[in-house]
Amino acid sequence: MAKSWCIFFIFWPTLALAVCWMAPAWGWWFPGDAASTLGARIDDLFYLILIIVSVVFVGTHVGLAYVLWRGSSFNEPKALFTHGSHNLEVIWTIVPSGILLFIALYQMDVWADYRVQSAFPPEAVRAPVAEVTARQFEWRIRYPAPGKTLQLTPQPDDLYTVNDLHIPVGRPVMIQLRSDDVQHSFFVPMLRVKQDAVPGLVIPIWFDSVRSDTYELLCAELCGWGHYKMKARVVAQSDANFKSYLAELHREQFDDGVPSAATESSEAAETASKSE
Amino acid sequence: MSVAHPALADHSHEAHGHHDPGFVRKYIFSTDHKVIGIQFLATPLLMLMVGGALALGVRWQLAFPWQAMPILGSGLFAAEGGQISPETYTMLFTMHASVMIFLVIIPVLAGAFGNFLIPLMIGADDMAFPTLNMLSYWFMWPAIFFFGASFATAGGPNAGPAAGWTSYPVLSAIPDAAPGSGPAQTLWLFGLTFVGVSSMMGSVNYMTTIINMRAPGMTLFRMPMTIWGMFITAILQAFALPVLTAAGFMQLFDRVRLFGMGIHTCFFVPAGLIVNNADPTVGGGHPLLWQHQFWFYSHSAVSIMLLPVMGMVSDMLTTMCRKPLFGYKPMVYSLAAIAGLGFIVWGHHMFTSGMNPALGMTFMISTMMIALPSAVKVFNWIGTIWGGKVQFNTVMLNCVAFISMFIVGGLSGIFMAAVPVDIYFHDTYFIVAHFHYVLFGATLFGVFGGIQYWFPKMFGRMMSETLGKIHFFLSFAGFNCTFFPMHLLGIAGMPRRYADPYLHPYLEHLLPMNQFMTISAIVMGFAQFLLLINFFGSIFWGKKASRNPWNANGLEWVAPSPPPHGNFESVPVVHRGPYEYSSPLVDDRDYLMQTDVLPLKGAEA
Ligand code: HEM
Ligand SMILES: [Cu+2]
Ligand SMILES: [Cu+2]
Repeated sequence: MAKSWCIFFIFWPTLALAVCWMAPAWGWWFPGDAASTLGARIDDLFYLILIIVSVVFVGTHVGLAYVLWRGSSFNEPKALFTHGSHNLEVIWTIVPSGILLFIALYQMDVWADYRVQSAFPPEAVRAPVAEVTARQFEWRIRYPAPGKTLQLTPQPDDLYTVNDLHIPVGRPVMIQLRSDDVQHSFFVPMLRVKQDAVPGLVIPIWFDSVRSDTYELLCAELCGWGHYKMKARVVAQSDANFKSYLAELHREQFDDGVPSAATESSEAAETASKSE
Repeated sequence: MSVAHPALADHSHEAHGHHDPGFVRKYIFSTDHKVIGIQFLATPLLMLMVGGALALGVRWQLAFPWQAMPILGSGLFAAEGGQISPETYTMLFTMHASVMIFLVIIPVLAGAFGNFLIPLMIGADDMAFPTLNMLSYWFMWPAIFFFGASFATAGGPNAGPAAGWTSYPVLSAIPDAAPGSGPAQTLWLFGLTFVGVSSMMGSVNYMTTIINMRAPGMTLFRMPMTIWGMFITAILQAFALPVLTAAGFMQLFDRVRLFGMGIHTCFFVPAGLIVNNADPTVGGGHPLLWQHQFWFYSHSAVSIMLLPVMGMVSDMLTTMCRKPLFGYKPMVYSLAAIAGLGFIVWGHHMFTSGMNPALGMTFMISTMMIALPSAVKVFNWIGTIWGGKVQFNTVMLNCVAFISMFIVGGLSGIFMAAVPVDIYFHDTYFIVAHFHYVLFGATLFGVFGGIQYWFPKMFGRMMSETLGKIHFFLSFAGFNCTFFPMHLLGIAGMPRRYADPYLHPYLEHLLPMNQFMTISAIVMGFAQFLLLINFFGSIFWGKKASRNPWNANGLEWVAPSPPPHGNFESVPVVHRGPYEYSSPLVDDRDYLMQTDVLPLKGAEA
């Protein structure tokens, strides 16, 4: 009986390892390789930690299985009488602390590159692509008019969309993230980006997309009953396509079908923004 | 084999001459720590079933979204035709977590085992403040009442509480922010406050008792690990709880209108916010303030939910391996380190919150460092089993499960402690996997073991080994099948708290896996009835237990089973630490109780 329990306790960790080994092949893994440069570095870190952790997992469980197995077939009247070992304590305090410190320090610069504003790519900071405002339960996106830069307050010639963020591909872009009501979180799994949108704060985040593609954008901070359906997309497209997308948006929003009026209203908007 | 012992010389149960206090004072409003401990055990066990039922509701929705739930559905969600609406879904996981954390895990550790074991293990006749102790139990009931009332508002025009157990403002602070942020949230905050009051009364009592009332000879470094766990937990609670209580009141003031006027304190709400067409908010508070306060307590609560059981497992493990604890002092220091570091790691719950990124770095280092004492403990437990004469009974099985599951939970913590990786994992199912491995996998299995181990002391009878093993088998298998795949869901990027993840195409293929997990969860849920049957059945029909059924060393095994009012027949005198198993000083048996005087008198028959 005792032996079968030992096998029971060996079975589960083994199963866990097997499942993890097979998981990528079965689609139980990342939705795809990271599509951003920082994302790729995050994935590398993940795999590095995965290797370290797997070694520790196997090591501790082999140890556990071994001592259990020995204990199950222990025949002497008395167990080993020992209160511990000073040397072992020293070893298994210093070795793990070295490893943990290594992990902690090794990843610092990924974090710094992602969040510390002085480390943001300057070209992204100079011209934020859009302001993204989360609200129950949608994402509102405000672009500056073609050729202008994004202002903190809305301008009359700003372009608006809902649940559809377009960015130019292949270079770092920055967005200003805010919330209109409660907390939300801007989560693009494929780009490995996540940042809470906090009412009262405007939080700049930067990322890039290494290929032209469409990614899911969802909310990762509980914001009410409709939290699960804040479904949106991020479209990464070439500079040319992005420009024509904005131009098209501009035409849609300021062109009411009557050619002369259209030019008038957009001119009016422009003069209004200039006079401010 | 019976051991003659000075403390046992007097077998008269009336030795203390306590007068009979009558039924109500004896069993209901009792000031006896043992009765209170048992009350504190029975209540969370029942709450465990409630919390479990709520969890099955959550799991049902994830496996069979928008389909009527059988059995439970017709009762709970009758208004929606047995189907779970998104509002109900948010309420279900909010209540599930609140019940499990505040009404099960916290009270079952400090409340049940703390109460029952502290006086017995240190050789005291009761707690330092017996009446306060009684109040600490009875203050659980307003908490249960308010949580229940909060839940019950779901039947009315408003929904039940729906801001999650973390209750982040602004969602929770503005009544118009969500259907569940109305009266339900206020009631929920009352519930939280009463849990806090109850814990605080317990905490003061435990500290005082452990400092002042130890039996002669019970020096600090002769205390069993359980007592160390309880002691450090009590200190933690005393320092961490006031912060949560204050935060709770602040949120309450943010919500209520004072004196009939629209004055909200706005501690957590920035100015000029218009939520759902409500009046714009005034006054500039900050939502992150709540997160700092909440996690300052709630990360410490993580230790509160773990340290006692770490102690208990150390005690059970030595008994079942017939071996001294490997590295007693390192074990004590690592407990203290987990508690101490636990005060400076709360920010790891807020890496993506928008706080100063430099804080993210410091919190990452402290969080990495807290994994170190955890690792030291694991190595020492394995060292304790090494070379032992292992008894594979229910107690031992649960202890091994504790160690194994704690390893998994600790290791998944490393991924999340790494800030860049946590950017991806935060608020996904990876987090859910992590804390279920530590809270259910470690703590609850430790508690299952603890119940089996100390049951004979509580009721004078043994629990059934067969039932215990079946329960363990089903729980362990069910647990791993339910929760291990959650790591993979997290890696696949499935966010937590989603009523319908499959709305997002990249998650669609995870449905079959979720169905498998739900079925495992149902099996595991039903297995808990075996625990209840075993527990309540054994009270009446269990095999009679002797004083020391496990041949253990601690003081609690010197007292009769169950101990009378006043516990010990005479004050026990302690001569050594609690872990002298297989000592070469005695040759006819493999244990040496803390009270034994050497040489043992006349080779007993
Ligand atoms: C090895 C030590 C541990 C480390 C490094 C660690 C790390 C973390 C981190 C970084 C998070 C936040 C993740 C996020 O939300 O993005 C977290 C969440 C959590 N941990 Fe741990 N943890 C450890 C041990 C424990 C233990 C022992 C417990 C409980 C007994 C625990 C319970 C929790 C809970 C309940 C949460 C999530 C709360 C929530 O968001 O609802 N952790 N842990
Ligand atoms: Cu949301
Ligand atoms: Cu924490």
